Order: sequence, then C-alpha cells, then structure tokens
Amino acid sequence: MKLKQLESLLGNLQQFDNPKIELEQYPTGAHIASRMLYTAENSFGDVSNKVVADFGCGCGTLGLAATLLDAEHVIGLDVDDESLEIASINAEDLEVEMGLIQCEIKNLRWQGQIVDTVVMNPPFGTRKKGADMEFLSTALKVASQAVYSLHKTTTREHIKRAALRDYGASSAELRYDLPKQYKFHKKKDVDIAVDLWRFVPKPKHESSS
Amino acid sequence: MRLLTHNMLSSNIKGVINGFPLLIQAERVVEKQVDFNPDFLKNMFSKIDWKALADASKTMGYDELPDEVPDPSVLDSQEFLQKFHHALLELHLEEGALVCPETGRRFPVNKGIPNMLLHEDEV
Repeated sequence: MKLKQLESLLGNLQQFDNPKIELEQYPTGAHIASRMLYTAENSFGDVSNKVVADFGCGCGTLGLAATLLDAEHVIGLDVDDESLEIASINAEDLEVEMGLIQCEIKNLRWQGQIVDTVVMNPPFGTRKKGADMEFLSTALKVASQAVYSLHKTTTREHIKRAALRDYGASSAELRYDLPKQYKFHKKKDVDIAVDLWRFVPKPKHESSS
Repeated sequence: MRLLTHNMLSSNIKGVINGFPLLIQAERVVEKQVDFNPDFLKNMFSKIDWKALADASKTMGYDELPDEVPDPSVLDSQEFLQKFHHALLELHLEEGALVCPETGRRFPVNKGIPNMLLHEDEV
C-alpha cells in the first residue's frame, strides 16, 4: 500500500465525539499515523506478518494502520469504553480485524513474548504526570522487537535517559520521518511539538512480563 | 476476542501469582475466516502456551487440537496447521467472561472486548 493511500484511508476514520480532557484524548492525525506505521514497515519490517499492540488506542488509528499494512494480529488497548466502541466501528468500516481490550496500561499483566511491536500515541502526561512514562515502561516490557511512540519534544532528554537506564531499552533513536516540528492541535492556537521515537527492547529471557 | 489474545492475557489483580491462563466462560462464540499464513503459525508455535490454547479452544467448542504440546515436526502437516490456524485466529469469544484461575474474579467479555479494568482494592 502506498503512503498516500494509507493516509487517505486513515483520514476517513471516525474520531472522538467528546474528547475526555483527563485522558488526554487527542486524535492521532492521519498524516502522522500513516508516516509512523509506514516507517515501521518499510524501514524496519516491524509490521507485516507481526503481532502489533496499540497502547491507548483511542479510536484505533495506529492499530488500524498496522492492519492495513498487513500485520497478522493487532490488539488495541484503552481504558475508555467509548473510544473502544469507535475503534470497533472503524475496524468494521475498513473491513479489518482488530482485537480490543479495555484495561489500564499500567496494570497490564502480559504472558510470554508474543507481541512483536508496540505502537502508541500515549498521553503526554500533561494532565496526569508520568502517564507517558508508564506507557513507555510497559511497552518496553511487552514488545520483543520494537516500540514506536510519540512524545513531547520538550521531554526528549528525559525520555531517552529513562528508556535506556530504567526501562530496558537497548536503543532509543529519533526518527525524522515527520516534519521537524510536528504540531498537535490541542486548542485553536496551542500546538505541541512532538518527536517520533523508535525504541528497541533488550532481549528478554523470562517467560512472563 | 481471538484465542491468540487470550494466550497473552493474565489476571492482573494485585497479589495474584498464577493468573494464567484465564478460564473461559463462553456464551457466544463466532468464527471469522482469515487468510492462512503458515509462516506466521510456525513462528507462533514456539511462542504460545500450547496447553492454554488447546484447553481454551475446547471450551469454545473446537476439539481438534492435541491436549499435550505436539512435536514440532507436526508443523510440516498442512492439516495440523489448518487446525492450529482455526483455533488461534478464527475462533472469537464474542460474549462471556474470562475468569481469574486463582481468585475466581470474572472479567466480562462484551462484543468481543474483555474488560480487564480493576476495582480500586485490586490494584
């Protein structure tokens, strides 16, 4: 599938009717989502024929992008049932299969090493401090191959240090496949610059995480 | 919910040590056909918990998988792979529940979505 085609399909997805501020529900735009997954697939082979989890999936944009790029099994996880409902409708509209689980990412207990890749647009931790780090820490435990994640540019050094020192990443690199200052439209005139990261977890030996 | 998802989920209640596999209470099971991908199945064979899959598929009314972990040589058999494929990816728990094997706590499954949210005293 071409990038333009992926972006266009994602652009037609239904987004939040009433975003919940406390959950930092910003829709993941079709532009950023298509580039994130396209990079994951075409530069690293982290999507097709893989098991992919979308943490904090919201309306399912990233996970659905993974299904469109031929991931074999995709699971979207979110705490909010209204979001999961929309994600489920979006999957139906695209005629793809995406598994959904209602849970809190930080309380997730995962068995084995089945998930290859985690993709996520986590809460930035502006409402609940540390929410972004809880997502990242869990993602690095669950993924066996790679984690793709968006984080505020202002937290760049902190993210890198925590990933490498505390969360068991063997590498943390910035991907410049996005325009340098990608803007998240939060309010009419307030934008947030974000980075696209690719983290590689260290090989794991335990049977559970 | 596919049984591949079931094979990764563990009871997440505080204090629970053996939370895997979750027991299945099936009220409605649906089948959705997907493309057969032998390479994916061969890769998954070494990663999944066989017993959990075999027991779960039996509970869902599909009794074609061996109870014990088969010898990897079965991966050369198309017939075996087809059954494995069906159990892992085509059976869906649509309505019912997942039950913590240690505490008996029920996690409901509605419209194929398990609700793994914990109560305050379970975190």
